[in-house]
Amino acid sequence: MAMVGMEGSLAMAEAVRLANADVVAAYPITPQTHIVERLAEMVANGELNAAYVPVESEHSAMSACLGSSATGARTFTATAGQGLELMHEVLYVASSLRLPIVMGVANRALSSPLSVWGDHSDVMAVRDTGWIQIFVENGQQAFDLTLCAFRIGEDPKVLFPVMIHMDGFHVSHVVEPLYLLNEEQVKGFLPPYKHPFPLDTDNPVTMGAFAVPILYTEARKSQETALRGTRGIINKVWSDFGKLSGRHYQAVEHYRSDNADTLLLTMGSYSEIAMEAVDQLRERGEKVGLIRLRLWRPFPFEELRQATKACRTLVVLDRCISPGGPPGPVCSETKAALYSQKKRPNIAGFIGGLGGRDLSVPEFVQMVERGRVIAAEGGEEIEMIGVRG
Amino acid sequence: MSARKKDSEITWQDIDIGAVIRTPGNAAEYKTGDWRSEKPTWNKDRCIKCGICYLFCPEGCIHHDKEGYFEGDLYYCKGCGICARECWTQAITMGPEA
Amino acid sequence: MENFAIYVPRLLPQKEYFAPGHRACIGCGEALALRLVTKALGREVIISNATGCMEIVSSPFPTTSWRVPWIHTLFENASAVASGIEAALKIMKEKGMRTKMPKVVAMGGDGATLDIGLQSLSGAWERGHDFIYVCFDNEAYMNTGIQRSSGTPFGAATTTSPAGKLSIGQTTWKKNMPAIAVAHDIPYVATACPSYPFDLMEKVNKAVATKGPSYLHVLSPCPTGWRHPPDVSVKIGRLAVETGVFPLYEVENGKYKLNVDFPKLRPVRDYLSPQGRFRHLPKDEVERIQQGVIREYQKLKKKVEA
Repeated sequence: MAMVGMEGSLAMAEAVRLANADVVAAYPITPQTHIVERLAEMVANGELNAAYVPVESEHSAMSACLGSSATGARTFTATAGQGLELMHEVLYVASSLRLPIVMGVANRALSSPLSVWGDHSDVMAVRDTGWIQIFVENGQQAFDLTLCAFRIGEDPKVLFPVMIHMDGFHVSHVVEPLYLLNEEQVKGFLPPYKHPFPLDTDNPVTMGAFAVPILYTEARKSQETALRGTRGIINKVWSDFGKLSGRHYQAVEHYRSDNADTLLLTMGSYSEIAMEAVDQLRERGEKVGLIRLRLWRPFPFEELRQATKACRTLVVLDRCISPGGPPGPVCSETKAALYSQKKRPNIAGFIGGLGGRDLSVPEFVQMVERGRVIAAEGGEEIEMIGVRG
Repeated sequence: MSARKKDSEITWQDIDIGAVIRTPGNAAEYKTGDWRSEKPTWNKDRCIKCGICYLFCPEGCIHHDKEGYFEGDLYYCKGCGICARECWTQAITMGPEA
Repeated sequence: MENFAIYVPRLLPQKEYFAPGHRACIGCGEALALRLVTKALGREVIISNATGCMEIVSSPFPTTSWRVPWIHTLFENASAVASGIEAALKIMKEKGMRTKMPKVVAMGGDGATLDIGLQSLSGAWERGHDFIYVCFDNEAYMNTGIQRSSGTPFGAATTTSPAGKLSIGQTTWKKNMPAIAVAHDIPYVATACPSYPFDLMEKVNKAVATKGPSYLHVLSPCPTGWRHPPDVSVKIGRLAVETGVFPLYEVENGKYKLNVDFPKLRPVRDYLSPQGRFRHLPKDEVERIQQGVIREYQKLKKKVEA
């Protein structure tokens, strides 16, 4: 197929259309509005045969998705920032009831002060909700990975909801050249959704019973074990997608990381700026590389350990603060993942890109240089890059 | 009411996906009859087989026999006394359980 | 009352869709109401239940009293979940993925309906989903231990509106939820009480036959929270209707109809005195309640005559 120019949000909507979603229950919030607007337009024009439910809040959006997915319909929604937080309690239920809802999240900073611009604070607040969570860096990935999300989530051996994270504005609102797939290709790749025991009068089930202390732990263990067990299917789906499209995705992706003594670790669209910084540093003869986390949950422990076993310094960028806590959620989880390793790099964490703040290539270079110093000698508890004062 | 594993013996592997319950109405195994301190008795001489007791029982455990006389299923009867209170001919009396 | 021309309990459908073995209190009026509602609804329903008494007593894992498909998720979203189920059923039928169209029924207590779930219910009504909402009103957050809700009547003592040296209990009048339903212009709204079982079941039938949203507000006497003996639950419900405290009426496409009227209403003290939650009320407050009941009843009659 030919290349098209398309905004990240619209690329995601296109993936939902090709996936032939059945129900879209959504509430608008900047910067995901273009996704839900485009989907409404598609339904209104008959391009997508779906029930569009314009709910009255994000809490209701996710709740309607629960009902829809439990009935056996392929379900999609999108949100951002405050919206993701408003549906917080419902997210846990989607995972524990094992309902394969797909949700696009245009990552946005949280109030107060109000900010519609991108960062990862909304995402980091929902780490423990039990969803499969995947980060994209550009419009192409928004399209590809949303399509994959339906197949991953709905797989009978998975049955978990999936979040596709794209940076608010930086991906959602940027027009990029990308390749779409056609209906034939998607039909061959994505089988129809069949819930094993949906809400159906022929086989009545009870969903959402209450569990006393003697039983709750077992229910949680069952869910947790299943979530960790989804790695195999995720890898297989991405591998099949690679064969179909020529674009291969992995839980941890590398850029010029061979023989690197210093590695940058990023998640989201800033990976692409980081790549430019790596190029510049490599020009100078420095052995610097980049690893990008694509799969956030279930956390790719093994891939991360493999990727970092040979480097001396690891510089982690977080686009979220944990106030009063250890520097950056991604940095903390990385440290936790590597703690058990006999050989592990020194780690320096930076916080930057909050509330839509741009980070430039020189700032990434600065992070690497400063990062080496902190990692070796220790530095401020929280290092913020780009803050004035 | 088939026997199932005791709650304290259920393993995490026993739990269905999403902790869903696929046996409709299996709460019927639970003997709520153990709760009561009074139980209803029907006087067949006064019972006019109207079914008001059956209608008003919150447990739905009052049924009629082959002749049409009503009686409570003591496995479930909690002894609330609504049937006795509502019976039009006062055919039901609540008496001590023991 | 076309479908229940014969008021004979024995000729009702025998099947219980709400199995005994549930953990409702002894003499629970709400369990009785639920049993009658599910009997009238029959087999072809999908129920979305909010957190509350009926949800908890019916679903202690790994057992369930439900013999129809049933989903409980959270407290305030029964209507939103029902909206999703209804939308899914419709589109799946259209896309040829299913043939049967069961009725979607959302259920919640007064707390879930009048308070925390009001927004999602209003949204579902505005969008016009084809579903029944049944509110089982026991006039407080009973499952968590008798805390007040906006459905708690004036003067009732609850744990968060206790009667005390400086308080007469609940100081606000009960929120008029059926009026809120009517304001949304939905095709069918009705009040019901398990003490009038055929009226209740007839209204359930009408709700099932309604295309679009319908709302049933069911008074549910609660011996535990209202503090009366368990055997008078049905009698108390009857007194609520006979005193005009809880009139039984329907609103079909905006037209009001009173289902049970009396030449003279009984004095409210007949309804208040058997209940411990009103025990503390001095005579002047009882009189204030009496005036309020008469006032509301006359307002209702005006709407009926309009």
